[in-house]
Amino acid sequence: MATAPTSREIGVLGAGWTYASVSDRIADIVLTQPMGRGWWIAFAVTLVGVLCFFGATAWLFAQGVGIWGVNIPVAWGFAIGNFVWWIGIGHAGTFISAILLLLRQRWRTSINRFAEAMTLFAVAIAGIFPILHLGRPWFFYWLVPYPNVMNVWPQWRSPLLWDFFAIGTYILVSLMFWYVGLIPDLATLRDRAGSAPALRVKQHIYGLLALGWRGEARHWARYESAYLLLAGLATPLVVSVHTIVSFDFAIGNTPGYHSTIFPPYFVAGALFSGFAMVLSLAIPLRHFFHLESFITQRHLANAAKVLIATGWLIAYGYAAEIFTAYYSGDRYEIHVVEDRWFGAYAPVYWAMLVCNVLIPQLLWLRRARHSVWLLFAISLIINAGMWMERFLIVVSSLHSDFLPSAWGMFYPTIWDWIHLLSSVALFVWLFLLFVRFLPTISISEMRQLVRTSAKEGA
Amino acid sequence: MSGGLLIEFATADQLLEAARHARANGFATAEAYSPFPVEGLADALGFHRNRVALVTALGGVLGGLSTYALIWYSAVLDYPINVGGRPLHSWPSFIPPTFEVTILGAALAAVIGMLAMNGLPRLRHPLFDMPEFDLASRNRFFLFLPADDPAYDADAARAWLQTLSPLRITEQGR
Repeated sequence: MATAPTSREIGVLGAGWTYASVSDRIADIVLTQPMGRGWWIAFAVTLVGVLCFFGATAWLFAQGVGIWGVNIPVAWGFAIGNFVWWIGIGHAGTFISAILLLLRQRWRTSINRFAEAMTLFAVAIAGIFPILHLGRPWFFYWLVPYPNVMNVWPQWRSPLLWDFFAIGTYILVSLMFWYVGLIPDLATLRDRAGSAPALRVKQHIYGLLALGWRGEARHWARYESAYLLLAGLATPLVVSVHTIVSFDFAIGNTPGYHSTIFPPYFVAGALFSGFAMVLSLAIPLRHFFHLESFITQRHLANAAKVLIATGWLIAYGYAAEIFTAYYSGDRYEIHVVEDRWFGAYAPVYWAMLVCNVLIPQLLWLRRARHSVWLLFAISLIINAGMWMERFLIVVSSLHSDFLPSAWGMFYPTIWDWIHLLSSVALFVWLFLLFVRFLPTISISEMRQLVRTSAKEGA
Repeated sequence: MSGGLLIEFATADQLLEAARHARANGFATAEAYSPFPVEGLADALGFHRNRVALVTALGGVLGGLSTYALIWYSAVLDYPINVGGRPLHSWPSFIPPTFEVTILGAALAAVIGMLAMNGLPRLRHPLFDMPEFDLASRNRFFLFLPADDPAYDADAARAWLQTLSPLRITEQGR
């Protein structure tokens, strides 16, 4: 009688795992394993942050955008910077799940699920900021084209409208991609919960969400087609989303915004910050849930290599901005560049270069790529650096554009900081709920990996 | 469903082999259940008409065309705004929303089409009551030979099934 295969060490998966043991290991995190004290502390701390976010938002709605530091000439402050930053973070999730799937990269398997969750939460938070930033946020639905009693239609030639379609599509497609990937795992949770009477409620909830999935061969065939097609659709989508976000800037004629480098530069920056966030989440996740044989050193090192590559792309973007300014001879463009070097926001510029260009060069060293906590530190530094980049793009061009008499400074208020920091708390809080209630690693794909690894070893 | 034989295996290769046997023995409606997609399994059962890609393409075309039509109608016919004499049908700026909704339409069609053609959601299914069938989503592989298949003959089937060393064979009552 044939026995069930056992995995061999293949870099992206440890040895000695079987279909049953990978299934139980991942499912039990959700079903039976109690969350440790660390989870509860993190949950409590971030819950305070979430309440701050809602409190600050209520105050914002009551008082108006004047509680932030925005004014003329800098009418776009933290809110738009945060929006671009969060959207960018979302991009790595789609990149990992869609593009690496199409390229048949095996190291995507155990990190795609939580990277997709990261995408979903980041995009949802990003979508809140432009609405908060509106002077009359209760009218945001005017972006939707529908026949209305005002007898007007939206302005189709505006990048802000394109943005609405891009973000809306992105969040819906990410949600579908994530959910379709989850269906077989929800069925696993349903069936595993079914054997224990204490888990009856969970069995019902997961059972409803699994839609009655049974894993029939024809179902799998259609499922795989749909999943691959979604990956193929998400690939141009992810490129288009940050391109359209960059149009919010590049279509305007403000010096420092009006540049054809913006779309690729934004997409590269998005992948860079997104992969940094993947590492920031993966390292604590594997540590606290002891998933070292699923999320291996190989995964972390590969993500670090992507960081080097995308880091150089954005370094090229920084250089191209400077070159274009001087090559154009346009005094306003040159002024923006020199203002970034020596002006009021110069410390942010130089700190950004240190965080995004200088420090990531450590990743050339094999030892740095294999040192987990150094990687974690670098990923946090890159996240901070990318936020500074978004801040500079938004603020430094607006604060001194054409006429010196129209120049002005932007100073963030306490509410700006509360909204930024509490949005991070909201993100972490959502992620904590996700690891509590859904399998953080795709179980069915791990079973497939067990089969391939056993075959390769044989 | 009117009953049949449910055969349990330990490995994907055994199930694949059993599916080929079922097909060779004339079964047209045999079903195979696995905890992950097994390459070639649907083919072995005689499944060749996968229309998910077609539905997806139609969804994309529908999304794109309807969006462009909506934009054209609203910006050119229903609500024309003359901005310095620029053309009303300024198609380059109509491309981004059209592109986005093309993707959205295709993705919605892929997901809804896949579920609909699979007959899901269907929360109750007789097989869920079979012993050990909950392992189909964990580590076991099942072949189901439905009794209403013209090729169905329980005793003959048991004979060729025994050569494939199954873990267990369960007969489901009618």
